[in-house]
Amino acid sequence: MHSGALTSRIILVLVFGFLYLPIAVLVALSFNESGLPTSWSGFSTKWYMSLAVNAEILHATWNTFVVAIFATLISTVLGTMLALGMEARRRKSNTLEALAFAPMVIPDIVLAVALLSLLSRLNITLGLHTIVLSHVIFDLAFVCSVVRARLKSFDYSLVEASRDLGASGWTSFWRITFPVILPAIIAGGLLAFTLSVDEFIIAFFTAGAGRSSITLPMQIYSMIRFGVTPEINALATLVMGLSATILLISQWLNREQKA
Amino acid sequence: MTSSQMPLLRIDQVAKSFGKTRAVDGVSLDIKENEFFALLGPSGCGKTTLLRMLAGFETLDGGKILISGKDISPLPPEKRPLNLMFQSYALFPHMSVRQNLNYGLEMERLPRKTIRRRVDETLASTDLTTLADRKPDQLSGGQKQRVALARALVKRPRVLLLDEPLGALDKKLRERMQLELKRLQHEAGITFIIVTHDQEEALVMADRMAILKDGKLLQAGTPEQIYEEPADRFVANFIGIMNFLDGEIDGTHTFVVDGSRHRVSVKHGPRKAVLAVRPEHVSITESADGLGVIITDVAYHGLDRVLHARTSSSGQALQLRLSAAEGQKYATGQAIKLAFNADKCRIY
Amino acid sequence: MSFNAAKPNLLAAPAVIWLAVFMVLPCVLILVYAFFERGMFGGIEYNFTLDNFKRVVDPLYAKIFLNSARIALTATFFAIMVGYPAAYAIARAPQRWQPILLFFAVLPFWSNYLIRTYAWIVLLNREGLLNNLLRWLGYTGEPLSMLYTEGAVITGLVYNYLPFVILAIYSTLSRLNPELMEASRDLGAGAVRTFIRVTLPLTLPGVAAGGVFVFVLSIGNFVTPALLGGGRFQMIGNLVYDQFLTANDWPFGAALGMTLISVMIVLLMIQARATSHASGERGSREDA
Repeated sequence: MHSGALTSRIILVLVFGFLYLPIAVLVALSFNESGLPTSWSGFSTKWYMSLAVNAEILHATWNTFVVAIFATLISTVLGTMLALGMEARRRKSNTLEALAFAPMVIPDIVLAVALLSLLSRLNITLGLHTIVLSHVIFDLAFVCSVVRARLKSFDYSLVEASRDLGASGWTSFWRITFPVILPAIIAGGLLAFTLSVDEFIIAFFTAGAGRSSITLPMQIYSMIRFGVTPEINALATLVMGLSATILLISQWLNREQKA
Repeated sequence: MTSSQMPLLRIDQVAKSFGKTRAVDGVSLDIKENEFFALLGPSGCGKTTLLRMLAGFETLDGGKILISGKDISPLPPEKRPLNLMFQSYALFPHMSVRQNLNYGLEMERLPRKTIRRRVDETLASTDLTTLADRKPDQLSGGQKQRVALARALVKRPRVLLLDEPLGALDKKLRERMQLELKRLQHEAGITFIIVTHDQEEALVMADRMAILKDGKLLQAGTPEQIYEEPADRFVANFIGIMNFLDGEIDGTHTFVVDGSRHRVSVKHGPRKAVLAVRPEHVSITESADGLGVIITDVAYHGLDRVLHARTSSSGQALQLRLSAAEGQKYATGQAIKLAFNADKCRIY
Repeated sequence: MSFNAAKPNLLAAPAVIWLAVFMVLPCVLILVYAFFERGMFGGIEYNFTLDNFKRVVDPLYAKIFLNSARIALTATFFAIMVGYPAAYAIARAPQRWQPILLFFAVLPFWSNYLIRTYAWIVLLNREGLLNNLLRWLGYTGEPLSMLYTEGAVITGLVYNYLPFVILAIYSTLSRLNPELMEASRDLGAGAVRTFIRVTLPLTLPGVAAGGVFVFVLSIGNFVTPALLGGGRFQMIGNLVYDQFLTANDWPFGAALGMTLISVMIVLLMIQARATSHASGERGSREDA
């Protein structure tokens, strides 16, 4: 039995090493004075400084947050309602299940070109608003899945008790059900926010031409493609840090109720 | 049961700790060939840990386990000649009943024909033949239990360990299975060691039993021995129903409580003592030496009536059994006198 | 079970409408486009034709499909080979550590995959970290060109989706009754045979779920082959991208996209059918 525990530990070290090595490298490079992997010339935050004054990047960051916030708000409401609607049914609807599941599996390139087709067909101008429209699609699917998971373990007899004590269905929902699922809703919302911030392909296709509606991932992509500067390491580190923090908060919120 | 015969299974000063807790604390037991043995005790007494140590799923922190004189402690579970019937049955969900039974024999690398024959025999003796091709999720609780049993029996182990085998069954089924298990053990000629917290079950099924508490062995013997002569107060209270009276032993064969004197078969004292006597050994008397009590309740139990009473002076509670007809003569609030069967009293 | 007075369908309606308009409708649209012709200067000519689909099965493109499938399959294979031991190791860890380990295993999955892919460029570059490491260790030959190879693309794909595989397999493993493994050993099977006969078959649904997901996501991925393959490895994703943004042949791009979706749907259906079959959907019957 003991050799088994040692093997387990070795496997975990190797796998986690594999998963985090590239990330660690980027973080290290972002503080490297020379910004190059060839040599370490000293600790420096100059790349972070130059990020802060890079107009293009700041613009893209602003766009990204605007898109993410709107997409999150809309998708949180829609996704929660969808989750409630699905869990309140007596019998599972296969169509609804498929519909709620589809955004998570559909290859994003296909969704992206499909959206582009529709939008151009309807002659809708592309811009940040179309990115928001598109992001809501998969954001709401994720919110729905997180909230549903919480609803499944919700003890419905609490609502029955509430109604027995005289509260209407509507009141029972707001005073009993809602507070209990709120952490899941927030967790789902945070997840949706992270997804939107990181999303590249769909944004790329639905942002339209012109630099006005460029998002951060799009900016990163063009930097990688056309001109890598060491600032990108700092940018990458910040973005990853943001995702990690949001995810931690989201997990912490969702974990509280398992007790 | 000659003394020259080596016990089949010898548990020798076995100990196991989890962190600071001593789950099993120096237990020694001898278990014979072809015996139905029960390990009995309240939750947390260490009986399941002991069973798992026998099966090989817990390592020993001290002591030895010997089968026919050979130390099996260093052997992994798959190499021990014991088999365990799990409390949760642990039937392989992706295999049919027959495949579950085949499994253990395949591990012994027996020829396919032999496996088939043995499995068919076992299916027949446990009344599972018609269910052979079903999967576990298509079986009822009682059926699953039989499969779990059959799966262990088909391997013809020297000792079969059963972890609370009847716990998940309802009352009627449980009583039926108690007799079934006894019959199976007798037919198979294998030693059964059963772990249970239900003392009635142990009394009914076991040839011999052991009481454990907090990892220690309190008493081992036949059900009769343990019922009639419990070694200490805990065992006396744990098995069956027992009356306890606080009083004194005066140095002769006399126990004094509330001013009444009662003859007992042992000589102690002089000291404070507790008299323990079963309700069936308490009788009503006219004698002046009887213990004065007031009846607090008369409970009808179909076959008999149980009188619950409190001593007039010290307010101690006790109960006695009378036939239904006899018991009818008495009512709550009545004052009566009680006497005890001297030979059947225990002093602690 | 109603959570409030409003009908369940009313609650679900807004989301359903949104998805219908912005997900289903577009997909239907490109399905339609796939049957039309490309216009002279781009755009669509509304002449019904099956030419686009004929082009899809044309040896040139069929080869790309098969290539994509092969790369995706290889990535899936390695993801499972690495992910299963990792999930197993996490499931064997002390109870308190498991959620933490799982969290950190899954965390990379939620960060921007552009960045994660870029990190591999840094590592595999001719002037990148690995080459520098080799030089530091004494290697004096030509720097290894590890980037822009198929291996790089596969590594990138495995790296991106490994956390998900670990999560999927861990879920199944952690729900396994540990007494099943003990029963197997009690019946005489050693650790290896217990794994093969009991653990593995019972965790297959998790492996399948993870595997299908990785395959489906890999085959439609275009960023990884573009960045790590340097445009040398055309996968279906890249093709679709090209048709829509470079070649301006939307109908053909649509046909390719449709084929991709069909493959995906078929796989998911097979997996769903297989999983429900294995878990025994026949309920237990209570006999006396």
